[in-house]
Amino acid sequence: MKVFNRRNFLKGGVAGGAAATLLSKSKDAGAAKSFGGYPNSMGVLVDLTRCVGCRSCEAACNKEQGLPAPDLPFDDTSVFEEKRRTSEGAYTVVNKYDTSKDHPLFRKIQCNHCNEPACLTSCFVNAYKKTPEGAVTYDPTVCVGCRTCMVACPFYVPAYSYSSVINPVVKKCVFCYDTRLKFGRPPACVESCPKEVLSFGKRKDLIKIAHQRIRSKPDLYVNHVYGEKEVGGTSWMYLSSVPFDEVGFDTHLGNQPIISYVKEFLTIVPMVLTIWPALFAGFHLLANRKDSKKNEKQSITNGEG
Amino acid sequence: MIQKNKYLIGVIALLALALFTVPCLAMEGPDSIELDSLAELYEPVQFDHIMHVEAAGDDCSVCHHHTTGTPVQDENCIGCHANSGEADEVACSACHPANRFQADYLNKIDENYRLNHVDKVGLKAAYHIKCMGCHEENDAPTGCQDCHTRTEAGDKMFRSGKYAPKGGNKSRKSGH
Repeated sequence: MKVFNRRNFLKGGVAGGAAATLLSKSKDAGAAKSFGGYPNSMGVLVDLTRCVGCRSCEAACNKEQGLPAPDLPFDDTSVFEEKRRTSEGAYTVVNKYDTSKDHPLFRKIQCNHCNEPACLTSCFVNAYKKTPEGAVTYDPTVCVGCRTCMVACPFYVPAYSYSSVINPVVKKCVFCYDTRLKFGRPPACVESCPKEVLSFGKRKDLIKIAHQRIRSKPDLYVNHVYGEKEVGGTSWMYLSSVPFDEVGFDTHLGNQPIISYVKEFLTIVPMVLTIWPALFAGFHLLANRKDSKKNEKQSITNGEG
Repeated sequence: MIQKNKYLIGVIALLALALFTVPCLAMEGPDSIELDSLAELYEPVQFDHIMHVEAAGDDCSVCHHHTTGTPVQDENCIGCHANSGEADEVACSACHPANRFQADYLNKIDENYRLNHVDKVGLKAAYHIKCMGCHEENDAPTGCQDCHTRTEAGDKMFRSGKYAPKGGNKSRKSGH
């Protein structure tokens, strides 16, 4: 006969609990549809074939967001010698790529404003928000500086204000949400671009425009709109005349939103954190009830004695 | 006598020139245009129209698409505009809007999506795409300030000239 002791009881409890959790949660996760983005959200279509690397967008971003003075003027092209990344002082940067074509291509980097942002999913203080207009914004007043979003972002966009000793926070492009987007105006970079490398519009319209451009000039463009489907779709999308991996894009991200990889795990976390402590505290109290009663009795007896 | 002959030859030459250029209406166009409607960070551009008509080989459609009555080149346009004739207005700004990305214009696009011109670029891009595309092909100048000098407001935005950052070439941590 199997001995029914505390250890076995707990083992069964844990296994049963975990199984129940997994089963019920995977059913939930299966039922939860992918969000797919707000229907009328705005976006930007970036046509790399038009960019000449004038860096007007960088200058406009710097002015609009009140960012610190750059190390070099924005008309200095020596910055193209290295591949730069977004930083606390530059929410957008333009890099130059030598390609298989006979001319280089320039690529602007900024937050792509995913439909289902991994940064938002990863943030445990809910600092991030995907607005119906399409921007992924964040509230620096609640940011605790854990930098999980920097790890979660598939495009390596959020940067950290290491220079701030008192209150370092995460910094990134917010689609000019507070100053422009929420009033229906295009972001500063789009307005500054001389060649309409950046086209602002409703995301659904931009997708049609992108495919129309490919159709009308099939020899110029590769037949792919980067960001239409990648990681569940992004508000910023790209057209290129060379394969996207030649101009620094990660072409292995897949079309699943990042959250879908962690949905099942993440749904267990609140259960583990809320139910388990109460459950096991209860087990503990039950298991020790006899002992404590005995102690009580003993102390009463001792007291009498 | 020699003077008179020279005069005659001149008149004949002019007449011949006029005859040959009748199909193109470029002669009706302006000699020079000041492109100033968007000037803010850069000075207005003095556009030498006559010189560019010559550079385009008297073919108006190189820049004006189908609006001047000359046969359009782009095969994407021929379907509708092979014989669409001369437009009422041929200035770039007549078709290419300066407010390309403002809400009212975007809503219009959203409603009339079936229009072929849904992807028509704004005025600033129309200038730059057309001018720079041709300049690149013909080894003409393509630098920003080759065509228009930057204003003080432009220097300020680009943090250049007297607004250049002090301290020179120090590298900043990337923040990652």
